[in-house]
Amino acid sequence: MALIEVVNFEKSFGEKVIHRDVSFYVKKGECLGLVGGSGAGKSVILRSLIGLEKPDSGQILINGVDIVPFNEQQLVPIRKQVAYAFQGGALFDSMTVYENLAYPLRAHTELPETAIAEKIHLQLAEFGLEKSIHQYPGELSGGMQKRIGLARAVIMQPEIILYDEPTAGLDPYNTKKIQELILRLKAKGVTAILVTHDIPTAMAVCDKFAFLKDKVIAEQGTIDQLKTRNDSLIQKFIEGNIL
Amino acid sequence: MSEPVDLPAMITKRFKEPLEFLGGVALLAKDTVKELRTRPFYGSLLIDQIYLVGVKSLPLVLITALSTGMVMALQYGLGLEKFGGKPYVPRLVASTILREMGPVFTSLMLAARVGAGMASEIGSMVVTQQIDAIRALGTSPIKKIVIPRVLACLIVLPLLVSIANLVGNFGGLMVGSSELNLDAQFYFRRVLETSNLKDYIAGFGKTFFFAIFIAMPSCYFGLTVKNGTKEVGIATTKAVVTASLLILTGDFFLSKLFWVIEKWL
Ligand SMILES: Nc1ncnc2c1ncn2[C@@H]1O[C@H](COP(=O)(O)OP(=O)(O)O)[C@@H](O)[C@H]1O
Ligand SMILES: [Mg+2]
Repeated sequence: MALIEVVNFEKSFGEKVIHRDVSFYVKKGECLGLVGGSGAGKSVILRSLIGLEKPDSGQILINGVDIVPFNEQQLVPIRKQVAYAFQGGALFDSMTVYENLAYPLRAHTELPETAIAEKIHLQLAEFGLEKSIHQYPGELSGGMQKRIGLARAVIMQPEIILYDEPTAGLDPYNTKKIQELILRLKAKGVTAILVTHDIPTAMAVCDKFAFLKDKVIAEQGTIDQLKTRNDSLIQKFIEGNIL
Repeated sequence: MSEPVDLPAMITKRFKEPLEFLGGVALLAKDTVKELRTRPFYGSLLIDQIYLVGVKSLPLVLITALSTGMVMALQYGLGLEKFGGKPYVPRLVASTILREMGPVFTSLMLAARVGAGMASEIGSMVVTQQIDAIRALGTSPIKKIVIPRVLACLIVLPLLVSIANLVGNFGGLMVGSSELNLDAQFYFRRVLETSNLKDYIAGFGKTFFFAIFIAMPSCYFGLTVKNGTKEVGIATTKAVVTASLLILTGDFFLSKLFWVIEKWL
């Protein structure tokens, strides 16, 4: 059974139609690459998967349960299970790195502070970020902020991770670091959707792709399946020179 | 010939924003009340806000209150001198401060300082997706952001106004004894004898409304920032203007209300 399934998803902002019938699914342990031009509505889909945005119609099934009608309270268990790695990290800038990572643990567990501290140290060590533990986000580079944002997103050990352009605007070093982290999480069996314009990273981590174009999913499938299609967008994508 | 005027469109445009504001604030208030009654309650965030709203505003409030009291004593004193009314200065200054100047000026200063601070801070958090992150991590922006700020204003403003009342009267006393040649002890005694609890309550009672007038628009305009940094500035301006207008217009109706209540008592 699919772990994530989006069925006939439709969304407009005012007069502006963004999605006109988007459907796709992701099986457990898979990583789906969600690809499309800028402004195609990729972030809106990811945001909808944790209820930050509501579709006008359609279903979003997580583990077979439609979350579209859920209110904020009902969404809490979903949000513990589905992590969102925001484009800019979205760290709380009034808190240190430690406090940022402690935030979800304090909110959702009864762990004593010593256990929380231990978890945070382990997580930061795994991500190679121990040195910045007492710094504020404002003192860190964009790449570091994104990596810490990712560390915060996964500290609750979610089943699903949504990556919103995790490598956009990063230098090759940080891009490589993020790519490694995504692969490591995937090896642990975490299911993921990756929105990106970074084709090497997408090719390295995604099992299959969905192309968002003209308000619908124009094509989807594995790279081998897609190679046989003669859509120019897809061919260019496979050759690695668009988006 | 002039362009035909599309009256319905004009009216819609003119009233759309205020109506949106009213509706939006009402919904925010409803959620705030609802979430106030559920766990968890973030006490440490409330204490942070009390410090930021209260302690940090104290110098501004003290200076405002002192100068208001001094100016009023001077104006009343010089104005009433011709009629031999100088002995009434303590009573006049005291009741004006307790009923109006203390609560209104303190609230206006807080609206400017705290309202702007809250709206811009929350607005920046929206733009940098920190509010989204609060929700995405399974927590509530109402609990984390709105409730601590509203409660802090509700707790701090009455206290600040009480301090402003004292300091304002002290300013009056200073001017009374130095400029108006009123005996300081006489001034002090007159204030105590003539001002009563009703004066105090009439002013103090308003502060709880003013606290809401400051906190709710500031949170609302901060949270509704949409497209980027430029809107943060606009939201800040709107928060301060709205809070100030609510305080000034609300003051009239609240004054009337408290007169009615006093007659009852
Ligand atoms: N809250 C919103 N209000 C109005 N328009 C929005 C909102 N969120 C997104 N949009 C619009 O929806 C479209 C898709 O946005 P988005 O999902 O962020 O695109 P992308 O594929 O680049 O991530 C854009 O044109 C954007 O302007
Ligand atoms: Mg996007």
